[in-house]
Order: sequence, then structure tokens, then C-alpha cells
Amino acid sequence: MLKRLASSREALLVAAIGVLLVLISTRFPTFAAPSNLANVFNDTAPLMILAIGQMMVILTRCIDLSVAANLALTGMVVAMLNVAMPGLPIAVTLGLSLALGAVMGMANGLLVWKLDIPPIVVTLGTMTIFRGIIFVISGGDWVNSHEMSAAFKAFPRADLAGLPVLSWIAIAVIAAAGLFMARTALGRAFFAVGGNPNAAVYTGLDVGRSQFWAFTISGALAGLTGYLWVARYAVAYVDIAGGFELEVVAACVIGGISIAGGIGSVGGAVLGALFLGVIKNALPVVNISPFWQLAISGTAILIAVAVNARSTRSKGRIILKRAEQPA
Amino acid sequence: MAGAAPTPPGDMMQMHAKDVAPKADPAEAAPLLALDGIVKTFPGVRALSEVELRLYPGQVTALVGENGAGKSTIVKILTGIYQPDAGEIRLDGRPVHFPTAQDATRAGITAIHQETVLFDELSVAENIFVGHAPRTRMGLIDWPEIRRRAREILDGIGARIDPDVKLRELGIASKHLVAIARALSVDARVVIMDEPTAALSQKEIEELYELVETLKAQGKAILFISHKFDEIFRIADRYTVFRDGQFVGGGPISEVDHDGLVRMMVGRSVDAIFPARTSAPGDEVLSVEGFCHPTEFDGISFTLRRGEILGFYGLVGAGRSEFMQALFGITKASAGTIRIGGMEIRIASPADAVRNGIVYVPEDRGKQGAITALPIFQNVTLPSLARTSRKGFLRLAEEFSLARRYTERLDLRAASLDTEVGMLSGGNQQKVVVAKWLATKPRVIILDEPTKGIDIGSKAAVHEFMAELAAEGLAVIMVSSEIPEILGMSDRVIVMREGRMVAELEGDDLSPETLVRHAAGIAEGDTHA
Repeated sequence: MLKRLASSREALLVAAIGVLLVLISTRFPTFAAPSNLANVFNDTAPLMILAIGQMMVILTRCIDLSVAANLALTGMVVAMLNVAMPGLPIAVTLGLSLALGAVMGMANGLLVWKLDIPPIVVTLGTMTIFRGIIFVISGGDWVNSHEMSAAFKAFPRADLAGLPVLSWIAIAVIAAAGLFMARTALGRAFFAVGGNPNAAVYTGLDVGRSQFWAFTISGALAGLTGYLWVARYAVAYVDIAGGFELEVVAACVIGGISIAGGIGSVGGAVLGALFLGVIKNALPVVNISPFWQLAISGTAILIAVAVNARSTRSKGRIILKRAEQPA
Repeated sequence: MAGAAPTPPGDMMQMHAKDVAPKADPAEAAPLLALDGIVKTFPGVRALSEVELRLYPGQVTALVGENGAGKSTIVKILTGIYQPDAGEIRLDGRPVHFPTAQDATRAGITAIHQETVLFDELSVAENIFVGHAPRTRMGLIDWPEIRRRAREILDGIGARIDPDVKLRELGIASKHLVAIARALSVDARVVIMDEPTAALSQKEIEELYELVETLKAQGKAILFISHKFDEIFRIADRYTVFRDGQFVGGGPISEVDHDGLVRMMVGRSVDAIFPARTSAPGDEVLSVEGFCHPTEFDGISFTLRRGEILGFYGLVGAGRSEFMQALFGITKASAGTIRIGGMEIRIASPADAVRNGIVYVPEDRGKQGAITALPIFQNVTLPSLARTSRKGFLRLAEEFSLARRYTERLDLRAASLDTEVGMLSGGNQQKVVVAKWLATKPRVIILDEPTKGIDIGSKAAVHEFMAELAAEGLAVIMVSSEIPEILGMSDRVIVMREGRMVAELEGDDLSPETLVRHAAGIAEGDTHA
């Protein structure tokens, strides 16, 4: 058990993040200070939340490219609503953004489930549609900081026991997702459906339905992040979080979630996101152009995929060994 | 029944005096391929320890042994996929090495695998020559030549297949012929056939035997790996037995009998292959009436009682699996009623079937059975999660105890129930699948080809277990293409042909001849079986 833990991808990632932190702090000791680490965590919170939703989708052998567009659309809707009704309680805004995101996720899920369209095509399409809708409802205008109510903007930054609410929400999502994946039939179904769809059918699981729920959860989390994002940066426009969906997928891949489905964990998604978050926050500190960030993220993805491929290969050898072992 | 081989192998082997027929006696001819003292170790396991193997031109050598005896390892060594740790391979008496698969192919050694790897979207001719297509002087692919030679090779093995047709349009047996043609397209001198008849129907198997005779006549040395004794004695000239990675014995097939071979394989003799059953079927559990499907089957009606084993026999493609899939809710039937314990039920999905106590252990257990990335206990409890959870949350302790109960019952050996199923051997993976279904406490269990591709020892264990299940009152439907299994296990047999029920046989009506006759659609009295 200990050996398995030590060789697990999560442990590997923790080690990689640790090495990264040590390297950076040799030159800039303040980077590894608890307060700065808390900042990095808070900064990475949206990526972590989205990566958890994406992980569930990828587990079922699908992919959700519409998360960033979903985030932007939900963010725009709640921002405009806030402008129209400044007195709306934050709880209602939160509930609304979850629901709106979930509905968009359901649209993806239904198209995949009922019409059997490949997920990459579905979400590529809905991604464009969602961005288009933002333009239509906003007329291309921005919702700026001074138009938003103070309470609307303050919520994600509010301090609760030393951490901003945004961080606490990420922690809550991590905990809930961990419980959900480990202890519910649907969470188990995600693994089964992605691990072997044929066998899942023969076991009485509905593959399409499981995928539908994965998309719904991913959409709800994207919607939730939409409000938090818009409130934190105090601005909403058509292109917010443009291209962010790829960063989300990257976090999952780095976190060891197999693109082929069936393998992955909440911890992996979170650590993959944190890995990217540390790099993103460290670059300006060590005075490297942020443009390098793309190259570094890309390299990290390639290394992660190579490590993945290697580990599955060595697993294959074990099967062979067992199979040929005299009974 | 015995095919008129060009040279009856039995007679040939008796001639031991060298001077009587110095040239015509292949047994005395030098082996084409000889392996000696081959050792292959994997971390922690010795897969082969100093085994020997001889292949003679124009002869079929059967390699027999239980699963894990080292048969696949030796094939991989012969085809250059593995390198032996020690030992010598001699081709025509000269030592050779095969560092890569290509070297083995170039030396004229070719293998037709259990699951042949072909390309569905390419034409037959392309499939035959992919990787070694003849070129024009310009270095481009010579299409007319490919077609001409593909035609030639296909004709040579008596296959009536159009080389221009796409592979995906062919049936499984024809695909097999294409695989053989591909193997022959490289001027093979040694042909390895690894369970070539596993997926074929009786008629197709006969055609394969004829093909083997053709290859023999061409002077090729054939290594034939099979679990089926009747076919070993039918087509092999020589035999070699491996057990636990060791060479146990070998020689002319005429010098050994059925029992002797089994004794060598298992180290003991297997007397009763099929368990004795006292069949006392109880109340009716399942009744199916007028079950139809627009394209696959038509008018299937039968009843099944507690403790009964109902066999479904037919050629491959007779619609047996298709019917079972509809009964289990994977595909939709167009008409028909199902009653469980007298109550009419509707099955629209596998979940409905499981809820009503019908479970299905599919034929392709690799693809359709276990979820290899999940641990054993999660595989076992997958269809029973509703029972192991409370207030929507799974209880791991409950899951473990359920999984333990059923894996112990099946004598599944694994380090822990936390082990990923992918780490288990094929036989153990199958036990996981069966345990999964038994844990749902079914009333009817459908076993599709339950012993396909497993060794004789495990086969007996499966049969034993099936008999136990029936004795406990479970109703069993067994789909099988193996006549001895159908005859040995079933209380009653339904024969299907071209999607229709053509016979329901019981008691004295059950004989290999009647089964084959009904399955193949041969009228009574016609002896050309």
C-alpha cells in the first residue's frame, strides 16, 4: 500500500511541485512564504474547480471544450443581472450561476447522449454558440467594475479565517468531489463507463446517461466559476477566459487523468492545476517573460503524457508476466 | 470422417527403419526448425526452462499444454518478439537469431494469431500485402501485381474471396482466410497457427483442415496450437507437450492416445471431463414466446425451469448471441413476450434484465466483461451498488464483504480485493465477471461460450461450477459451439440456424450427428455431414 502510494502519480506531482518551489525559493525566498502560497492557491482556485469538472468528463471518455465559454456566458448573465438588480442576494446569484452552468452542461450532455455526436464536436460547437450568445445579450459591451454592486464584487475576496472565500469554495468543491467520486454509485459509474464502455453496458450501466451527468457537473462548476471570475476581476466581456478550456484540459492531463478514459482522480486534477498555477505565478517573480509560460506549460504536458504512456506500458508487462506464470 | 490425407500420418510414423525408405520418410528427415534448451525468464517467473521443439517440413506439429505452460512464450520467441535467455534455434541446421519480428518473417517464419490484426478499411489485397507491397521500378506500389498475387494466393488456399472487396465486408471466417493468405504472402516455410479454430464454426473448421492439408503438401512446417483434442488427433502428425514451462514429451501422434496426452498435460489423468448431474428441474422460471428481431432472429420460443441447463447450439452466425443480447436488453426485439415466474416483464435495457434476475456473461470477456482499471471489489459490486449503499452513499465495508463472499466462492486467488482486475490472469478475470453476476442473486444466468479459449483443467472447473449453480436452483442458458460441452452439460438443447430455432432436442435425441445435421440444415439420411 505504501509502495503504491509512493509510486502514484499524485506523489510524483507533489514531488514535482515541491522541487519547483525549492528551486524558486533558493533565489526568491519570499515565494515559498505561507502567505504567498495562499495567494497562489487562491489564484489557481478557478482552474482547480474547472479541472475537477473536466476530470469527470474525461473519465467517461469525453471532453468538454465549452467550459471557458460557459464560464464567460454565466459571468456575463450574472453581471448584467447585478447591474439591473443590485440588491439581489449573493446566495441567489450563486444558485443562479450554478443552475445556468448546469443547463449549458446538460445541453452538451444531451447532444452526446441522445444524438451520439462526438463530444469534441459538440463542445466545440457549443463553445462558439455560448460566446456568440454573450455578444448578443451584451451587444459587445463590457460590464465594468463601477457598474457592479459592492457586495457582488466583495464576496469572493471576503476573508474567512485567513483565506478568501474563493479559496474556501475551491476547498469545498475538492472535498465534495472527493466524496462524490469515492462514495457514490454515479462516481463509480464514471470510472466504469470510461474504463470499458462495452463492459459497462453489459453490467447494466447507461453509458450515455453517465456522460450526461458528467457534463452537467462540469457545466455547473463552470457556471459557479463564472460568477467568481467576473466578481474577482470586476469585469465581464465577451472574451473573458478565452482559451482557458485548454489550460483546464492541460491541468487534467498533467494530473494523470487518462485522455482514453477510466483513469484519474480528484487529487490528480487539483495537483495538475496547482502545478500550472505555481509556474504561472513564479515566472514574473523570477523575471521570465510570461510568454514563456505557454512553452513551459506545453513542455509539462508533454512530459506528463510521456510519463503516462510509460507507466501504462510497464503495467502491460506485469499482465504478461502474470498471465504466463504457471498456475 | 477422417479426411483422406495425401499420406496417412500413422503409417508414415511406423516406418522407423532408415534404410527401408531413406528419402520418403519425413520423420527421419532433418527438422526444418529446431529449438533446444530454450530458457526465458521474466522478473520472478521462469516461463520456459530448457524446452525443445522440432518442426518438420510437410508435417503438422501440435503444441499442447494448459494455460501458462509456455506456449505463447515460445511462439513469441519464434517470431522474434521475445529473445531467449539461453538456448539455440536452428533453421536448416544452421543457428539463427531473430532480434526483431522482421528478421523472423524474413527467415520464413510466420504466425497467425488468435486475434488476427487486420485493417477493416483496406481491401483484401492491401491487407495481404501491407508492409511488403511489391514495388514498381519507380519505387511506387505496383497495384496490378498486388491484385494478381493476392488472387494467386487466395486461389492457392481455395478461398473464394474477391481481392478488391474491403475487409470489413467479410465474415469472421473469411477474415481468417485473409490472415492466412497474408501469412503465406511472405513465402513462409514455417506457419504457426495459434488456436485457429477458436472463432470458427464446424463447417469453417473443416475448410481450415483442408487448407492445412494443402499447406502440408506444399512442404511447409506447421506448428498448431490448440486446446481441442479431436482436432489435434485429426490433423497433427506429431505432438509436443509443455507443462509449467517445461518440455514434457513429444513424438509421432500415432504413438499417443487421448488419455496419454491429457496425463502429460496435467500430470494426472482426467477421467470424467463432465460432472455427473442428477437433473431435477423445478418450477418454470423463464418463458420466451415469439421473440423476433427485424434482421437477426425470428420466432424464438422456449421455457426454462429452475435447476435446468439449456444449451443453445448452432454454427457461428446462427443468431444465438444476437438473441441473448436482445433477451438481456442490449438490442431491441421487435416482437415477443418474456415471462419471469409467470409475470410478463418488459426488458428495454440491461438494467431491466438485471432487475428481473437475468444476467449475461458475454462471450468476449476482454471487451465486454471486466473493467480492468478498477479493483476487483469494485468490479464485483458494480451491478449491486444499490444494495451496498445507504442514503445514496456507498459503504465500502459492505462492498468488500459482498465481493469477498463471491470471490471466495469462486476460489479466486488474488493478493487483495484492491488489486486492479487488469493485473489478473484471463481465467481470474473471468471469475471476477462471474462473481459480479452471482452477487446480484440472479434467477437466470446466460453463459455465452463459457469455456472458449481456456485450458482443459479450467474447463472442467467451469463445468463443475455450472453444475453446482444448477443444483442450487439457478436456471442456466449455455451458448456453446463445442459439441462435447453441449452434450455433456445440457438437459435440453435448442439448435439455431440462420436466426431460427430449428430443433429442440432432449434425452436420446441428443447426439453429435443430430446436432450437426440440424445446425447445418442437412436433411435426414444425407450422409454428407
